[in-house]
Amino acid sequence: MSPLLRISDLRVEGWHPGAGWMPVVKGVSLELQRGEVVGLIGESGAGKSTIGLAAMGYARPGCRIVSGQVLIESNDLLSMDAEERRRCRARRIAYIAQSAAASFNASLKLGLQLTEAPVHHLHMPVGEARTRAESLCRELDLPYPEILLDKYPHQVSGGQLQRLMAAMAMGCGPELLVLDEPTTAIDVTTQVEVLRAFKRLIREHHTSAVYVTHDLAVVSQLADRIIVLRGGEVVEEGPADAIIFRPQAAYTRQLMAAAARAPADAVRSRGTAKPAPRPATQLELIDVHAAYGRASRRSPINPVLRGVDLRIGRGQVVGIVGESGCGKSTLARTICGLLRPYQGELRLAGAPLAPHVADRRRDTQRRIQLVTQMPDVAFNPKSHVGEILGRPLQFYFDLTAKQRRERVRELLAMVKLPADYVDRLPRQLSGGEKQRVNLARALAASPDVLLCDEVTSALDTIVTAAVLDLLRELQSRLAISLVFISHDISTVASFADRIAVMYAGRVVEEGETEAVMGAPVHPYTELLLKSVPRVKPGWLDGLAQLDRSTQGQAMVSAGLDGCAFTPRCRLAIAGVCERDAPPSRSPTEDRRVECHHQSAVGASR
Amino acid sequence: MTASADVRPPGNGETIESAPADASAWMAWIGFAIVGVWILVAMFAPAIAPYGVGEIVSRDSFARPGEVGLLGSDYLGRDVLSRLVHGARMTLGLALGAIALAFVIGTLAAFIAALSRPWVDATLSRANEIMLSIPAIMLALVVITALGTSIPVLVCTVGVIEATRVFRIARAGALDVYAMEFVEISIARGENKWWIMWREILPNVMPLLLTDLGTRFNLTILLLASLSFIGLGIQPPSADWGMMVRENLSGINFGAVATLAPAFAIFSLNIALNLIVDWRLAQSNRDISEEMRR
Amino acid sequence: MIRLLAQRVATGLLTILAISLVVFAGTEILPGDVVTAVLGQGAANVDVAAIRQQLNLDRPVPERYVTWLFSLASGDLGKSLGSGQSIATMIGERLPYTLRLAGVTALVAVPISVVLGLLAAMRAGSWFDRLTSGATMVFLSGPEFLVGTLLVILFAVNLRWLPAVSFASEPQGFVDHFRSMTLPVLTLTVAVIAPMARMTRSALLTALTSPAIEMAILKGMPRARIVLLHALPIALPPIITVIALNLAYLVTGVVIVEVVFNYPGMAKLLVDAVGTRDIPVVQACAMIFCFAFVALNLTADLLALVANPRRRYPR
Repeated sequence: MSPLLRISDLRVEGWHPGAGWMPVVKGVSLELQRGEVVGLIGESGAGKSTIGLAAMGYARPGCRIVSGQVLIESNDLLSMDAEERRRCRARRIAYIAQSAAASFNASLKLGLQLTEAPVHHLHMPVGEARTRAESLCRELDLPYPEILLDKYPHQVSGGQLQRLMAAMAMGCGPELLVLDEPTTAIDVTTQVEVLRAFKRLIREHHTSAVYVTHDLAVVSQLADRIIVLRGGEVVEEGPADAIIFRPQAAYTRQLMAAAARAPADAVRSRGTAKPAPRPATQLELIDVHAAYGRASRRSPINPVLRGVDLRIGRGQVVGIVGESGCGKSTLARTICGLLRPYQGELRLAGAPLAPHVADRRRDTQRRIQLVTQMPDVAFNPKSHVGEILGRPLQFYFDLTAKQRRERVRELLAMVKLPADYVDRLPRQLSGGEKQRVNLARALAASPDVLLCDEVTSALDTIVTAAVLDLLRELQSRLAISLVFISHDISTVASFADRIAVMYAGRVVEEGETEAVMGAPVHPYTELLLKSVPRVKPGWLDGLAQLDRSTQGQAMVSAGLDGCAFTPRCRLAIAGVCERDAPPSRSPTEDRRVECHHQSAVGASR
Repeated sequence: MTASADVRPPGNGETIESAPADASAWMAWIGFAIVGVWILVAMFAPAIAPYGVGEIVSRDSFARPGEVGLLGSDYLGRDVLSRLVHGARMTLGLALGAIALAFVIGTLAAFIAALSRPWVDATLSRANEIMLSIPAIMLALVVITALGTSIPVLVCTVGVIEATRVFRIARAGALDVYAMEFVEISIARGENKWWIMWREILPNVMPLLLTDLGTRFNLTILLLASLSFIGLGIQPPSADWGMMVRENLSGINFGAVATLAPAFAIFSLNIALNLIVDWRLAQSNRDISEEMRR
Repeated sequence: MIRLLAQRVATGLLTILAISLVVFAGTEILPGDVVTAVLGQGAANVDVAAIRQQLNLDRPVPERYVTWLFSLASGDLGKSLGSGQSIATMIGERLPYTLRLAGVTALVAVPISVVLGLLAAMRAGSWFDRLTSGATMVFLSGPEFLVGTLLVILFAVNLRWLPAVSFASEPQGFVDHFRSMTLPVLTLTVAVIAPMARMTRSALLTALTSPAIEMAILKGMPRARIVLLHALPIALPPIITVIALNLAYLVTGVVIVEVVFNYPGMAKLLVDAVGTRDIPVVQACAMIFCFAFVALNLTADLLALVANPRRRYPR
């Protein structure tokens, strides 16, 4: 049977100012049979999105398709005339973009955007198109589609928007879907529901799909075949489980090794836990409340931190895990003194810490250092590495120029960068290299506490693994207390001695990493752990419905004092959880949970 | 064989910027050349001009070029070329003075606003917005009504007016840089406001300010020339270009060079500055898209 | 949303109040006395005292300000120092001319520039685009008095199609009136079209390269629909803003144009008053111009707000 899609020797070039046209896709060929889902995986810059777009006969401004064929059932998209190609789009091939928020037109209602393709291409009457759109929304588990479609994109949540994009794509009943990293921009707990919805949709409509992603676990749940890309070329391809479990090419093996693993596996990879006794307290947070904007004890506007208690021991690594909006970055900023808490106290080695950094003594300022997420904006673009690393040395230790040069050389060696990087400017460094300099800058102050705020979230998988190894080594060598903040629980689990799980501004569970990962007590921790995609085949299909809010039922929202997780909690006690603040319990020694339930999640299942 | 564009510009998106970015570079050179020439003329005016500013060289008004001097004579019989050259000095000198004032005041106030407590920022911004709500020429007229048209008054008035425009841009730029993580890290380190302003914010806002410099220069020259043109700027017998157009306006009926020459002088400077500004804008767009590509 | 609108209007009113303070203060910072400045040093003491009393100069400054403000608000604009005429009458005679000038300019300039900008954006990179870019740049450069001068030379002197100076003296018929207005309107239009066309083009181009438009292309929507239904709504707020800003800029443009062409509008009145230091006239005219400016900016703000669904329906 002839394939639905066949790409032959596709070559695409990209324009670089100063360098001219450079090849981005260097002769890629692939085939897709009817009803198949093919995963295109690779790191950033591999050209996978470009290929996905080329399958629609489209190249972004700044790119041009130089040669090759894109055959949809023996019609070459690239050599068609523009009018014919336009008609193929949405009718035969449809596209689902990475960021629904950016790809929906903010000025038009959702209903219009979902119905315009069927109305235009299939000459469907508007009423019928609307009914069809609503039924597609229902298939995707979107609540109250009749109301939803009358809204504007900014009035709808991220996960819902992503599903609406899928409904829009299916409007004309296309034979082929191109999904371009559709879940990269959303939280992991939302991602599960979106993936489930996609998978069901594809199956019911017998649509073929090209799924572009860098996330191996995600692709393993959806794809029948996988194609591995690197630098614009195909490295390896084959059936999904062959690629995942028996990779042949060296690069593929490297990818698999660095890929996100299940939290439990990640913990095991950490090696035996340090049998040290409970160390002395280095940093302590007591009932910290913080908000942006005006806030007083009586009338906080939008509190972000709503009573955080945390204890970090000397030389310990404490991981802070949570999804967007839980307040973990705010926590980092509060500890640094960038944001003044309006209630609560901070202590460093027992002594109270002034809430605002400008009020702290210089030596105190030195003892807490921050490393941030985005390497591209972490440095003054006009300063070179020597100046960047030299400034904290000058500021805190008042070293002479000669001493500074010496120390800068030591620091660069510590983060495994060559000494001649001293004269480089930030734009001459790669993402991973920038993060190393970021780290070196913080270490230059010889701090007691290092705050790492999502330091690997903007990096590729392989680079992340390297940076984490470095961090691990430095932490144990220098015996610094590390507060490691991330939304990626597997990364944290592979690294931290203790884990604190945050939700809506509070720490809902805290304890030793193995204990929390192995036997979570709080329902949110359970949801979080279960939502991390596993490379195990059939994982997605076998996953129970854990998040109540995706059922489309009426949601009961939590009151001011109630537990914020109530609307999504599968164990919520009606009349209690949304009204009363959950008490802090210690179900086992050295574990703290905030929940109304007495016993562990495992026991009540 | 390439897939053709469906809707320009996106489609088989050959970038529309690939050629113009380079074209505007050599146009900018033309601009720099013109500005450079005028600055030299202004600096060496007394040496270049064949006659003094007020010297009457001919009994004929509006004598043709060639009869008396290179550009003929004006309505009083003075040499147009000399007045043009001296006028360059006056126009450019005033404009540069006003601009220097505008940038220093505007940038300093903007940085203080961006880095201080909210109420300081709110007060400065509100005050600036009110000043911006008054058309430049109105404000100038109101002040001139009271204080007259001496050179210090003109320079200071135009300087302060343009400072408000600079304030808006500098503040926006400063806030953008302030939001970047490296500034946050510096604050967390314990650096004080002035160090951050001087070492981190200013160098990174400079490109933005330099791009604006061209437009500011343009508008300042135009404002000063316009004021002179309506008789409320430089007073005779001093010459500046706006003044020259005004006093020779009667010559318009027979296309006298005396009327056209100063007008074209202003025109040439304006076009030159616009060419430079366009090139700077194309450059910064290129820098931005390069960043986004990475 | 009504609240938002009301807030903006309130801010606008406050701005006008603040402007009145500046205008008042600006004209009161005279070194020496208003009267001696106007009448000159050699005025007889009698005259001086009488005028002083007439102008309430013996009252404290805040009281004078409040009195002035209230009389302005109630329509009493005072008397000219020079002619003694009622300022309201003087303005009443001239305001319609200025309004006509600005109004006709707006009616002509706005559609032309929007269409030009639209076409240039749709054909970005083509000869049409480069031509209009070049032309707008040239016109953006010239000061109005230069452009006006050139136009006069071209049309009035060389071609003798249109009169160089408007309104010699007698009332004119409609056609003559029209012909006299052509050059001033043309001058102003030319000054205003350039920035508006450029901004339209630029806003539309930015919209056309946004991901939402890419999505529309990938849905196979036809070009015209994409530009008009998808791109234009995105580009509309900045276009509206720049149109209103430029119409506000007309306020300054008329000052020059009325002087060049000797057009009997309010701006000419203002300029003459500045020359003779006729302070009440300056204050009244400046306030009216500023009021129009603020009103236009406010309208721009409100229209841009309404055109943007994100601001209309906040989450």
